[in-house]
Amino acid sequence: MPPEEESDLKTRRAFLAAAGAAGLLYTAALAYPIYRYLASPNEMAMNATAVTEVTLKDAQKLPAGSVLMFKFGTAPAMLIHHVDERWIALTAVCTHLGCTVQYEPQADRIHCACHGGVYNPYTGANVSGPPPKPLKTFKVAVNETGVEVSRA
Amino acid sequence: MSTNTISKPVAKANPLYDWVDERLGVSEMMAFARHKTVPVHAQSFWYYWGGISLFLFLVQCFTGVLLLVYYRPGAEAYESVRQITFVMHFGWLIRSAHAWSANLMIFSVLVHMFSVYFMKAYRKPREFGWLSGMALLGIASVFGFSGYLLPMDELSYFATKVGLEIPSAIPWIGPAIATMLRGGPEVGEFTVQRFFALHVVVLPALFIPLLAFHLWLVQRHGNAAPPSIEALPASQRKSMPFFPNFIRKDLAMWLISLNVLALLASVFPWALGKQADSLVPAPAGIHPEWYFMSPFEMLKLLGNILPGEAGEIAGLLLFTLGIALWILIPFYDTAKESGQRARAAHYFGLLAVVLLLSTTVIGYWATR
Repeated sequence: MPPEEESDLKTRRAFLAAAGAAGLLYTAALAYPIYRYLASPNEMAMNATAVTEVTLKDAQKLPAGSVLMFKFGTAPAMLIHHVDERWIALTAVCTHLGCTVQYEPQADRIHCACHGGVYNPYTGANVSGPPPKPLKTFKVAVNETGVEVSRA
Repeated sequence: MSTNTISKPVAKANPLYDWVDERLGVSEMMAFARHKTVPVHAQSFWYYWGGISLFLFLVQCFTGVLLLVYYRPGAEAYESVRQITFVMHFGWLIRSAHAWSANLMIFSVLVHMFSVYFMKAYRKPREFGWLSGMALLGIASVFGFSGYLLPMDELSYFATKVGLEIPSAIPWIGPAIATMLRGGPEVGEFTVQRFFALHVVVLPALFIPLLAFHLWLVQRHGNAAPPSIEALPASQRKSMPFFPNFIRKDLAMWLISLNVLALLASVFPWALGKQADSLVPAPAGIHPEWYFMSPFEMLKLLGNILPGEAGEIAGLLLFTLGIALWILIPFYDTAKESGQRARAAHYFGLLAVVLLLSTTVIGYWATR
């Protein structure tokens, strides 16, 4: 190849590389705001899940043998006042496929209607059905004005 | 033009290409694209404005879907737009791009229309191109009017209230039509809800097939050259291949449009006014959007000459007549050669431009 032609090829290659880089930068400048815009609710939820403690006002009045559903950050959770006066708080999201579970006082169990998973209402342990993991429990402190639930 | 464009199938031993080609006829389309040309002359610049309008419409679809992700029509409309503008990251930019692009689209559509008019591109066989274009412009202005209400701020509230006075001026059936559009006696949450349905479902469902028809006609008949160029012998007419030469320039125009839009949308973010409240008086200096300024000013001027209901009805009649004449121009100015009728059509076009511009200027002057 003659030297001029070779240098032509070089400048051509350099030009194409520069044009490609500029195109990429341009696309990124367009895509970034759109990504951040669409990701906004998730970012807000991330801030909300940073919550470590929730105060449930007047929850100390919850009758024995009943349940109160509440949100810990963004995720559903349950506060159970057992008949034996024990207070237990657990996440209410089934570890199988994410349905919200239900406390059944008569059967003394936590049941997931989606695929029949059963948990122990005191420890959160997965007892039967498909759930692979136990429900996480929270620390519970009862006082005269309400119930404080915090990460264990 | 070169003489070696007789298309023989490109002998590419590519089994994948052959497989697709056999089923979709890609080679035929390529052959068609290779033969398509665009006239080159002093007025060629105006050919880009249809493409620019198309590009801005695509931007509208794209940013519109993004806004749809967070917008909630009805009672929460203002709150959701406030959220988009001030809470969601870059929401202000998406909204600003949608509003700016809407205005730029109306502008480029108007430029496109007048260039078609003065190049007399509506003549045989392109009558349907002109008619479908006019219908597209009509739908585009309803897009603009309905979209303007959706944020439910002060300006959109009063613009809609005033705008709906136009259909209600139609004798007999007018008030019923206005009430139907409003969803009640007053502009409120029901109005937003039905304007929303119009803006995101009904209008696109009408616009997109019509646009496809319009574009198909352009492919079928090609770009019209102005009569002075058409009169030249074929040897003196210049042209360029549509693909890739014209497409490349078209895309360059799209890129320029995108840059202009990005600049306007980010440097001059679209404002959000106070929440609409029927008990708060209209703000001083309130005026219609620029593309509605001229008809409003004409109605106002006519109202000065002919006060009361007579003026309103006379104004509507005059408008209807003017628009009807404009739409029917291909059936009046039909001759290939320039003659009496061609000249009359030309002056009618100039009159329209002068009227639109002068009443717009007067309108802005009056609201200063």
